[in-house]
Amino acid sequence: MAMLRAPRGPGEPGSGTEPGQLTPLVIPGAGGLPTGLPLAGRGGIAGARALRRMARAITSNRKATAGMVLLVFFILVGLFPGVIAHDDPNAETYRRFMGLSLHHLLGTTALGQDMFAQVVWGARPVLLIAFGVGVGATVIAMLIGVASAYLGGVWDGGLSVITDVLLVIPLFPLLIVIGSYLHGAGTLVMIAVITATGWSYTARQLRAQALSLRNRDFLEAARVRGERSLYIIVVEIIPTMTSLIVASFLTNALYAVLFSSSLQFIGLGDPSVTSWGTMLYWAQNNEAFQVAPLWIIVPGLCIVSLGAAFALLNYAFDEIGNPALRPVRSMRGNRVKRPG
Amino acid sequence: MSSAPGNGVLFPAVPGHSAGAVLQVRDLSVEYAMDRGTVLAVDQVSFDLDPGEFIGIVGESGCGKSTLLFAIAKLLMPPAAITGGSVIFKGRDMVGLTDKQLAMVRWKDLSVVMQSAMNALNPVKSIGAQFSDAMRAHGVTGKAEIAGRSAEVLRMVGIDPLHLKSYPHQLSGGMRQRSMIAMAMLFTPELVIMDEPTSALDVVAQRSLMVQIKELQEELGFAVIFVTHDMSLVSHFSDRLMVMYAGQVAELGATRRVFDSPLHPYSIGLLDAFPSIRGPRVPLTGIPGSPPDLARIPVGCRFAARCPKVMARCTEEYPELYRVDGTLVRCFLHAEGGAGRD
Amino acid sequence: MRFVLRRLGFFVLTLWVALTLNFLLPRMMPGNPALAVIGKFRGGISPQAVKVLEAQFGVGSHQSLVSQYFSYLGNVATFKFGSSLTTQPGASVGRIVLDAIPWTLGLVGVTTVLAFVLGTGIGIVAAWRRGGRLDSIMPPLFVIMTVIPYFWLGLVLILVFGVKLKWLPYFFSYNYTLTPGFTPSFIGNVAEHAILPAFTLLITTIGTWILTMRNTMITTLAEDYVRMARAKGLPGYRIMLDYAARNAILPNLTGFAMSLGFVVGGAILIEVVFNYQGVGYMLLQAVNNLDYPLMQALFLLISVAVLVAILLSDIATAVLDPRTRGAK
Repeated sequence: MAMLRAPRGPGEPGSGTEPGQLTPLVIPGAGGLPTGLPLAGRGGIAGARALRRMARAITSNRKATAGMVLLVFFILVGLFPGVIAHDDPNAETYRRFMGLSLHHLLGTTALGQDMFAQVVWGARPVLLIAFGVGVGATVIAMLIGVASAYLGGVWDGGLSVITDVLLVIPLFPLLIVIGSYLHGAGTLVMIAVITATGWSYTARQLRAQALSLRNRDFLEAARVRGERSLYIIVVEIIPTMTSLIVASFLTNALYAVLFSSSLQFIGLGDPSVTSWGTMLYWAQNNEAFQVAPLWIIVPGLCIVSLGAAFALLNYAFDEIGNPALRPVRSMRGNRVKRPG
Repeated sequence: MSSAPGNGVLFPAVPGHSAGAVLQVRDLSVEYAMDRGTVLAVDQVSFDLDPGEFIGIVGESGCGKSTLLFAIAKLLMPPAAITGGSVIFKGRDMVGLTDKQLAMVRWKDLSVVMQSAMNALNPVKSIGAQFSDAMRAHGVTGKAEIAGRSAEVLRMVGIDPLHLKSYPHQLSGGMRQRSMIAMAMLFTPELVIMDEPTSALDVVAQRSLMVQIKELQEELGFAVIFVTHDMSLVSHFSDRLMVMYAGQVAELGATRRVFDSPLHPYSIGLLDAFPSIRGPRVPLTGIPGSPPDLARIPVGCRFAARCPKVMARCTEEYPELYRVDGTLVRCFLHAEGGAGRD
Repeated sequence: MRFVLRRLGFFVLTLWVALTLNFLLPRMMPGNPALAVIGKFRGGISPQAVKVLEAQFGVGSHQSLVSQYFSYLGNVATFKFGSSLTTQPGASVGRIVLDAIPWTLGLVGVTTVLAFVLGTGIGIVAAWRRGGRLDSIMPPLFVIMTVIPYFWLGLVLILVFGVKLKWLPYFFSYNYTLTPGFTPSFIGNVAEHAILPAFTLLITTIGTWILTMRNTMITTLAEDYVRMARAKGLPGYRIMLDYAARNAILPNLTGFAMSLGFVVGGAILIEVVFNYQGVGYMLLQAVNNLDYPLMQALFLLISVAVLVAILLSDIATAVLDPRTRGAK
């Protein structure tokens, strides 16, 4: 079991202050962290505060707002596709390759399907995969990363090696190979496969942060109180890592969108499911270049937009967490009003 | 109009400066552009420094002393910027100069020693390489010359020159700090600026480093600005002491004066915090409260909220620096002394 | 030294995992893939090929799993991958793979290195010149660039430059009416065919390098030793390169290695879109034709290539960062 180091008080060697030195004479007011015995569930309080801070950060950062707007837009489309598009996307009722018109905002496909309906209905499977993998991979990464950091020793070594190996094996070829053995993976299978191979990247980051948290005071207090490890992990550590967990979700969702679209494009997805990736598959196999370029352009743009939503949010979180990355403001016009 | 010899076209001379001082800081102000507003970190600080003089700048964390130091050396980075005042070094105002113009002066006449050598030394270059690129940037190109001078400065601080080949992580903390000081001596500058160089060391190493610095200073004759929060340590070595609070000069005077009989209530509070080993046992008093938020500066004296001797005047008017014998104090208690500058 | 040895050990371990995965996967899948192949090619496969298949997939074999595993390992070590089932039926898998490698190496290898070098360079300069409107617009732009699917960009470029404008060829790696040889006209033709795929790969991968380098540079520029370099009066370019970039690039080298897996994935897609007959294209052909021997060999090749690249970048890190040598 990992031994948490006892924190050093002022004046002891290694604490950064020496006896006789001018330790800050400030008695913490509203700005400082409360001293004294940390409250139970302090991690939970930190988690709630973090969420509120996140909400505020999202509205103030332009990139985050843009990403959020895009994401919400696609979620709405995915939830209510029937409201927006009135045709059945799979019904081959129209003439092939009709041009743009009011009835067919994007024309029709080589099989006589309404393209607009396909694009609209195509959002749902993509979103399902994105959220499924996002949540699934994050949960696995969290469990393995935090357990690895907290348990330490042999467990850490073993889990780290597994994580690193999986990280290094080229994922896409592996997915292709698995996909070929499975002959056309449906949505659920795709979620499972991408999750099973993709959790390793964020597991590493989560482990690193969990390691840095391991020696904090409030965890020591929980141990002293006699709480069990599982409690400490779930109630104290995890809520403090909220922002990294959200970032992990976004990263995994993004890669799920890209990977699944790519697999569908090469024909390893379920051809009966209409999603943007499969649309591109059919487009390439049906001479879309010459006759219906929109068939190629529009689904791809949707993938880019949804991916951009996740990526912008992720990038904005990076900036929020690391203020040094934010755009530098100029000094002009911002002088302090000083007394005469 | 007097101008320092050898000025040339690049450095306009400043009229009216007193010929003796090596450094004149006048009304220097620094602001940080933060998200929550502009923070006034340094507010119209002024002082002079004579050749060979050792001045210590003390204050708690956040009082602006490090910012002041970097402003003087023109090493600020955005979002911090100098917003007023002048820094006259050897007759030239550094505030208006660009990095290129400053390069001539840097290291040759003015060098810097930072707090943590582990962070201040490039981890991927050997000590010798870091010495030599400073020399080569100033026109010293002969390999033998570079090697000779590097070995010489290392010996000055008591390090075997074979460590020129070492990387920073291979040296001990004390050795790293001393090699940083050696590096600052390369061109025997007139002014060396030090930002808490002893804070990362243990007590014994601190003392020996201070002694070393003082010896070098006496031998080579450079002036020193020494920033620290450890007042007791610096007071053994400095000629003058400057106490900073919330970005302003609170007290400035000869060390012995300020240390033995402080005038500003803040300085008194600081010194009361040190128990005297030999004196009678007195209860330790701290200073309750915290420094003001520099983004929202209060009206009146900035120390008023925590001052045990606060008067009505203190929250209404802004105190100037008043002269009491040779010491400057920013406190209405000594307002009769008359406002003045050093 | 110990650092390099540890990485070497990791390399061997991962290689073993890749080999074992290759061995176990077909046996774990629902239904035996080999049976599917045999059924599909009813009578079309030589008895020799059937035997190899059986050995590879354990069909009707009386050997235990363990001994199958060891004979599989033995086969791999002696480069006995069997014959391809579909591409030039009966041709040795090894031959096919060897023919495909130079195309992929040329296209992907050169473009990746170019993207890394260019991207890192742009990232360094971008971090050095911060502030202003460029700084707020550029990063989101590059972020969006990184989410563009490789294959889609390829399709769009084909649409614009190949089909509509007819400026560049977009099918195959050279005009197949020409005979291959080291003649200037052939080489010119190859180069022409490589432009669009290379450009696609370059655009989609460069964004990541620019962004990560910029971010690490920004963090590095805030370090004390950079401030110290300024204090010493060093010229700007020397500070940027010797002090900032040399430190900032270290975490990126590891990142470069990590993301090679993704680059390989992208390369596969691009080869497919442009019908560029490299390793990735062959892999997909094998997948579509259930040509399992070829598929397995290609997967192994790709894994080994990535692992070797990672090992090389680890060595580069050891060379550039004195802290990794000696201690720890």
